[in-house]
Amino acid sequence: MNRKLLTGNAAAAWGARLAQVDYVPAFPITPQTEIIENLSLWIDSGEMDARLVTLESEHSMITAAGSAATSGVRVFTSTSSQGLLYGMEMIYTVAGWRAPFVMVNVSRGLSSPITLEPDHNDIMAARDSGFLQIHCATCQEITDSVLMAYRLAEHKDIRVPAIVNQDGFYLSFTREPVSLPDADRAAAFVGEFDPENLQFKASAPLSQAMAVLGGGPYSYFRYETHLAVQRALSVYEEVADEFASAFGRRYDIIDNYRMDDAEYAFVMMGSFATKAHDAVDSLRNAGWKVGLARLRLFRPFPQEKIRQLLTARRAVAVIDQNISMGMGGVLHSEVAAALYGLKNAPAVLASYIGGLGGRDISQVEFFEMINELKHASDKSEPLPPRLLYTENELTEIRKLQAIAQVEHADIQQAGTGQAETDRK
Amino acid sequence: MKTASRIVGTAFFMTGYEVQDAPRYGAERRGAPIFAYVRADKSPVNERGIIRQPDLVVVADDTLVGMPAAGVMQGIDEHTVLLINSHENADTWRQRLNTAATILILPAREDIKDRAELPYIGSRCAAACAVLTNVISRDVFTSALAEELEQLGEKIVKQNLDTALTSFELMSPYAGIVKQSGLPSAADYQQPGWINLPFDDAAISAPAIHASATSVKVRTGLWRTMRPVINYEKCSGCWWVCSTYCPDGAINVTEAGLPDIDYEHCKGCLVCVAQCPPQAIEAIPEHLAKEQEMSAADPSGIKPPGDSA
Repeated sequence: MNRKLLTGNAAAAWGARLAQVDYVPAFPITPQTEIIENLSLWIDSGEMDARLVTLESEHSMITAAGSAATSGVRVFTSTSSQGLLYGMEMIYTVAGWRAPFVMVNVSRGLSSPITLEPDHNDIMAARDSGFLQIHCATCQEITDSVLMAYRLAEHKDIRVPAIVNQDGFYLSFTREPVSLPDADRAAAFVGEFDPENLQFKASAPLSQAMAVLGGGPYSYFRYETHLAVQRALSVYEEVADEFASAFGRRYDIIDNYRMDDAEYAFVMMGSFATKAHDAVDSLRNAGWKVGLARLRLFRPFPQEKIRQLLTARRAVAVIDQNISMGMGGVLHSEVAAALYGLKNAPAVLASYIGGLGGRDISQVEFFEMINELKHASDKSEPLPPRLLYTENELTEIRKLQAIAQVEHADIQQAGTGQAETDRK
Repeated sequence: MKTASRIVGTAFFMTGYEVQDAPRYGAERRGAPIFAYVRADKSPVNERGIIRQPDLVVVADDTLVGMPAAGVMQGIDEHTVLLINSHENADTWRQRLNTAATILILPAREDIKDRAELPYIGSRCAAACAVLTNVISRDVFTSALAEELEQLGEKIVKQNLDTALTSFELMSPYAGIVKQSGLPSAADYQQPGWINLPFDDAAISAPAIHASATSVKVRTGLWRTMRPVINYEKCSGCWWVCSTYCPDGAINVTEAGLPDIDYEHCKGCLVCVAQCPPQAIEAIPEHLAKEQEMSAADPSGIKPPGDSA
């Protein structure tokens, strides 16, 4: 077995290589650039038969990706954070084209202030675009998910682009053991790109255009995209079955850990879930009936599965590594919407927001969430949303603010002095 | 240190361990503290991110120990082994740090005075890790180092290996001193110290720093590894070329119409060297430039002719 230590970025590049992509439009951004570096090395050395083009921005990069995908080639691209936002106009546009390609997003918190470290606000901004979204928790999952994503994106019932998301630093720059699928079997699993799915024929030039439409026709196309994205729920099951039989690794829409008899549950996405995995084990050892439900597929949103999974639990903690300003955790809102009106929905559906800009969520914090859930469910009281923050963290920020205040006072004084000089 | 962490990670992996290794850096610049970490276990590693309570901390550059921003001492307690590459001895560090951790010294090479010059330090530190954990054999370490440095060529691999293997002898009295610890237990844990974040006025809570002329005060010239030097005999005086291309505004123009590089702020990107039409700007290694400066009569460096400042 070809098991080696790979970073999340190298794992993403391997996914593209094994999917035998033809075209890679690229633009660098931390912490994603290593993906492009790997691919360009392989293309340069002849290990990979593809064309890589660096574009002048992510806006152009995503336009190029969509255009190439609609003209008969398999396309891979990747970005992160500000880059994803810079390309956002085209993210929505190419999804509307129903252009099938795969993009890896390396999650990184958004400005301002600036961070290089991860949270999910970048990928949440693409939530409503029509891209499918698969969220990874390990480097292994990144390679595997890129392969699966091509099957979903290129499926003739679906035909929308797909994002495979991984967390910056926690996966992108972290090496873990990854079993690389055999190249021939990976190629057989993904299959040949079918240009006829896009009405494309070589040597038969055609123009493709979008019309300007009003209400009724416009709505039709938007609804159809929505239905296509929803269709990915059932197609995903087939693809996951096939992947499991080909490679021996099963990836469910929701990755459940010790959920069977769980009274309490964590619901979350991304690489911090493996931390929660350890916390569940420790809590179980201490006598708590706790489980973990990690959403791999976020778009389409697995509403029915959430209902089946979370009803009859005592209390649930939804952990969001994102924050919708003025509302709170995005995943929490969506889980709450899924459970609305169900008689046996958990009495306590608590919202925890944390892990912003790479801020850690410690084992102890996972323990304390369950402790809070227990107290709230004992008293049948709702828990207010919690923005994870400790006294020590506030002390640290107060120190920084004190320094900023001194600087501020300094220039104000200097400014007054200057004004007096000017008057004289 | 990233390479050191990879050598250690690969060595553990080759020994049959599950491994996670990762570097951590902020905005890139020369002189910024960098660290990397390795987790290794017989079962899959699920914990992520910075190690909160390290079993072993290896410090390659001892000037970082006292630097709060480097966070060297974070999470260190009586179970931690702290290995410092230093000219000073363990007793000195024990007194200085007043820590319950076990302090060991990897003796810094006598001939190294400049901390920017730490040849093979990553490999030496990686080998020390191998000995202190007493899990990685010399053979496996050798293969791991060769694998990680393969791209640099046989000669460099050999130089690194020869230097690294000296750590095996130096550290052998402490073989196996590092003990693996676990994660906190849910049965008995300290509260995380959560607070409800107070509401602050925008004047305080907006992430703006107001200060004047900080870019002048920050001597970014310290980041430079290569120094552009203008040969005024060749300079044709087309100052608008180099001074416009300079991305840092670090080329001033004298009254005589000649470019003058501000070495306090030049980061050494060498864009000017590439753009100069008469090729009058040369790049020389910073350490050589410094030596020349020391021996020159005028310590302020080369100045354009006719500039009295």
